[in-house]
Amino acid sequence: MISLSSPVRTWAHGWRAGTKLAALCVATMLLFVIGNIGFQAAAFAFALLLYCLPGMVFLREGLGHLRVLIPFVVIVLIWHLVTGDPAGGIKTIMRMVTAVALANLVTMTTSLTALMDVVRWMSSPLRRLGVSTAPLEIVLPLLIRFVPVLTLRAGQMHQSWRARSLRRANYRIVLPMMLMALDDADRVGEALKARGGALPEQEN
Amino acid sequence: MEKDLARIALFAALIAILGLIPAITLGFGVPITAQSLGVMLAGAVLGSRQGGLAVLLFVFAAALGLPLLAGGRGGLGVFASPTVGFVVGFPVAAFVTGLVVEKLHRLPPGVNAGIGAFIGGIVVMYAFGTIGMAIVLNKSLTEAALLNSAFVLGDLLKAGLCGMLVAAIARLRPQMLPWYRAPVSHIFR
Repeated sequence: MISLSSPVRTWAHGWRAGTKLAALCVATMLLFVIGNIGFQAAAFAFALLLYCLPGMVFLREGLGHLRVLIPFVVIVLIWHLVTGDPAGGIKTIMRMVTAVALANLVTMTTSLTALMDVVRWMSSPLRRLGVSTAPLEIVLPLLIRFVPVLTLRAGQMHQSWRARSLRRANYRIVLPMMLMALDDADRVGEALKARGGALPEQEN
Repeated sequence: MEKDLARIALFAALIAILGLIPAITLGFGVPITAQSLGVMLAGAVLGSRQGGLAVLLFVFAAALGLPLLAGGRGGLGVFASPTVGFVVGFPVAAFVTGLVVEKLHRLPPGVNAGIGAFIGGIVVMYAFGTIGMAIVLNKSLTEAALLNSAFVLGDLLKAGLCGMLVAAIARLRPQMLPWYRAPVSHIFR
């Protein structure tokens, strides 16, 4: 599975995940509230600087994650050239790229466990109210485990399709994939129950 | 309880796999993915509550940084990009799809799923997607709707597919559709 996390360890890895998330919230809000083009340009340069600091490998990886924005950049540029407002277009593009770049920065430098800890901390008021958050801690690992398993099975189904047909696999392959996932879900559910259920003892 | 959780988790995984389909069958660079088909199916197969939760889990896991969205995207950057509206709208779309399917459970199982996928997976999804794009790209709602309209045809096809697939499930695994009551003629055949 491709990972979105950084290939190199940076100084930001040591920061608290909660602090990074809060800073990201404030930064994104400021980007959308302050329309001044000077501020937008400064923020854009700052984001670029942050990407350059950890070195070339990090910069290349980070820019790779931003490639998905290229079609939107092109569309907005063309749009604003046609309507005769290139400055507005540049501003919109800078704001979009900066916001996505900063958010990606947090994702790249924060581990899944650290983010889960933030989620657990934020959901603590719910637990105090008596709502169990244990199901979330069951389903997330299940999801993470079953993405590669189902990918493997889907690949096998695709191979068996190709072994039997001259035509390319089409949408019909979705039906066996869905049946497989639903059948597996029932077996996994039984296995979970046999191993003591999804909820801790005192909550059952 | 355990079975519900397992279904939610496995369907969320299935939606992620469906995002890979063009990469498997058509090669890279194909913009139409089966991921929104997965969202429609989640609502139509699991029903409003479980379907909505499955898609919510999927979006939550993507936000945590797992590359589950079509094209291996994920992370918090998705929520600042122009497609944020669609991603945020995914769980609502699945919920509404399920709601419509449950309300129309007297119709033939494929027909109600097709209608549900149209209302939830297209009307609701595009409402969210258009608002999100209008905010991020600083455009009016009409302009954003124009940009999005290129993808409507593909999604209409997917709504039809969703109906066909649900009809097949009703035939093969009727017990797996919580809203489905098989006609008596099916049971005493």
